[in-house]
Amino acid sequence: MVRGNTSSSRDNTVSSVQLRQLKPSFSSRFKEFFIRHLQVFFYSLGLLSRSPFATLMTASALGIALALPAGLYVILDHASQLSGDMNSINQISLFMKKDTSAKNINTIQKKLEAYPEIAQVKHINRAAALQEFQDNSGFGDALKALKNNPLPDLLVVYPSLTHSDPQQINTLLIELKKIKQVDLVQLDIQWLQRLYAIINIGQRGVLIIGSLLALAVLLIIGNTIRLAIENRRSEIVVMKLIGGTDSFIRRPFLYTGFWYGLLGSLIAVLLVNISLIIINDPLAHLSSLYDNNLFSLGLMGINISSTLLLSGCLLGLFGARIAVGKHLKEIEPK
Amino acid sequence: MILFDQVSKRYPGGNEALSNVNFHLHPSEMAFLTGHSGAGKSTLLKLIALIERASTGSVIIGGKNLNKVSHYTLPYLRRNMGIIFQDYQLLYDRTVFDNVALPLIISGFSSREVKKRVHAALDKVGLLRFEKKYPITLSGGEQQRVSIARAVVNKPALLLADEPTGNLDPDLSREIMDLFMAFNQVGVTVLIATHDIPLINQLDKRIIQLSHGQLNPEKTGNTEQFTVDS
Ligand SMILES: Nc1ncnc2c1ncn2[C@@H]1O[C@H](COP(=O)(O)OP(=O)(O)O)[C@@H](O)[C@H]1O
Ligand SMILES: [Mg+2]
Repeated sequence: MVRGNTSSSRDNTVSSVQLRQLKPSFSSRFKEFFIRHLQVFFYSLGLLSRSPFATLMTASALGIALALPAGLYVILDHASQLSGDMNSINQISLFMKKDTSAKNINTIQKKLEAYPEIAQVKHINRAAALQEFQDNSGFGDALKALKNNPLPDLLVVYPSLTHSDPQQINTLLIELKKIKQVDLVQLDIQWLQRLYAIINIGQRGVLIIGSLLALAVLLIIGNTIRLAIENRRSEIVVMKLIGGTDSFIRRPFLYTGFWYGLLGSLIAVLLVNISLIIINDPLAHLSSLYDNNLFSLGLMGINISSTLLLSGCLLGLFGARIAVGKHLKEIEPK
Repeated sequence: MILFDQVSKRYPGGNEALSNVNFHLHPSEMAFLTGHSGAGKSTLLKLIALIERASTGSVIIGGKNLNKVSHYTLPYLRRNMGIIFQDYQLLYDRTVFDNVALPLIISGFSSREVKKRVHAALDKVGLLRFEKKYPITLSGGEQQRVSIARAVVNKPALLLADEPTGNLDPDLSREIMDLFMAFNQVGVTVLIATHDIPLINQLDKRIIQLSHGQLNPEKTGNTEQFTVDS
C-alpha cells in the first residue's frame, strides 16, 4: 500500500529530489468537488439537527429579527396601494357662483370634459340638490321656509387615472380656480398628503429598522458560527495538519450559516403570515365600518416571501463568512 | 529529502530552542531524533511540518525551501507528509474509517477510491475489523495505529512522528516501530522523535541526537554544511 518502488539508489543532489504525492485525476477532482459540496451541504444540516433545541432557538431569534421589517413592509406596501386606490377616486367639487346660468355651466362642463387630465364631469343641479336635501336631511320643513335656494350648482370633476397623484391634482386645482364662474374649489386632499407623508416616513422607518435588524442577524449568525468554530477547534487543527485548505475548512461553517439563514427566514415567513391572519379579521371589520369594500392585508405575496428567504440565506452566508474569516486564522496547530 | 541549513529557532520571549542545526536526511532514509526533554526534538519536527518557522537558516524539503512557502501553498505541502503525534490527534466523533479517509477527501478522491485506499491502509496496520468503530473505544496502541493509517493513506514520501510510542508499553512500542520500519522498507523517508533509547538501540538505524538545541556531531554524522541551490 505504501509506494511500491524501493528506491535503493539514494539521490544526493537535494534539489532533484521531489516530494511525490498521490493525486487524484483532474476530472475526478472536478466531479468530486460537487459531490463533496453536496455532502457537506447536508452534513452541516445534520450537525444542526443533532442539537435541535439550540438550533431552533437561534433560528427563532433570527426569525423574529427578520419578521419585524418584513411585516412592516407588508403593511406599508398595502397602505401605499390603498392610498393609490383612493387617489384614483379623488373628486374635486366646483361650487359655481349663484348667478351662473345653466347654459354657462353646461359650456364649462363640456370644456372641462375635453381636458386630458379629467375623466368625467358631473353636474349636480342646485334645484335637484335642494330637493334631495329636503328629502333626506330631516330639515325639510325648515328649508321650505327659505325664499331662495341657498345651494349653488355643483360640478364634480373626476381626474383621470393618469393624472391622479397629489402633484398633478394640485396643478389641476390651480387651473380650475382660474375659471371665472367658479366660486369655490374643494378637494379634501390634505388627508391624502398626510397619508403619503406617513407612508414615506414609514418606508424610511422600515429601511432603518430593516438595516439594524439585518445587522442583528449578521451578529447572531456570526456569534453562532464563532461558537461552532470554537467547539470544533481540535477538528480544525487536525484538518490543517493533514493539509486541509482554508476553503475546505471554511465550507461546513458557511453552509451552517446558510441553513441558519434559511431556517430563520422560514420562521419569519411563518410569523408574518400568522400575524396577518390575526390582524385581517378585525381589519376587515374596521374597513366595513367605513365603506362596503372589505379591506384585507391578505397573506405575504410570493415576491416578498422569496425576497425574505433570499435575504435570509444571503445574510446567513455572509455572517458566517465574516465569522469564519476572523476566527479560523486564530486556530493553528501548535 | 530533508535538509537543515544553519537553522536556528527562537520562540518569542524564550531561549533558542534550536541553534545552528545542520543535517541531511536522504530520500528513503530512516532516522531517530533523540535527546533529553526540552532538547528541541518537537521544534525540529514542527519546522519540517511548517507548524513553526525557522528564525534563521533554511529548511529544505524535497527541494523546496520552506521559507518560501506561503499560507496558501502550505496545505498542499502538508499533503506530502504524514504526521503522527504522541496524542494521536484523531477526531472522536467520527469512525475509524472516516478518520483515515480525511486526507483523501481533502485531496478530492472519489468515494470508490477512498474506500479502496482506506481499507488498504487499515489492513496494513491490522485494524480493518475496526473500521466502523469510534476511536474512543480503541486502546492506545490501536488509536496510534489509526493515526498511522491516516498518515500513510495518501502515500506520502515523508513520515514524521513525534514520540509515537510515548504512551505505549514496550511490546506495543515495538509493534509501532516495526510498522515504521515496514514503510521505510518500501521507500518512505521516516523521521521519528523519541527518547526511548532502549528501543532504538535494538534497531539499526541512524540516530540524530539533540542536546539543548544543538546537534551532537559524533553521534549524528552527516552534519556537513551543504550548499543549497534552490
Ligand atoms: N511554543 C513555545 N513557546 C516558547 N518556548 C517553547 C515553545 N515550544 C517549545 N519551547 C521551548 O523550546 C525548547 C525545546 O522544546 P521542544 O522542541 O518541545 O523539546 P523536546 O520536544 O525535545 O522535548 C524547550 O526549552 C521549550 O520550553
Ligand atoms: Mg517534544
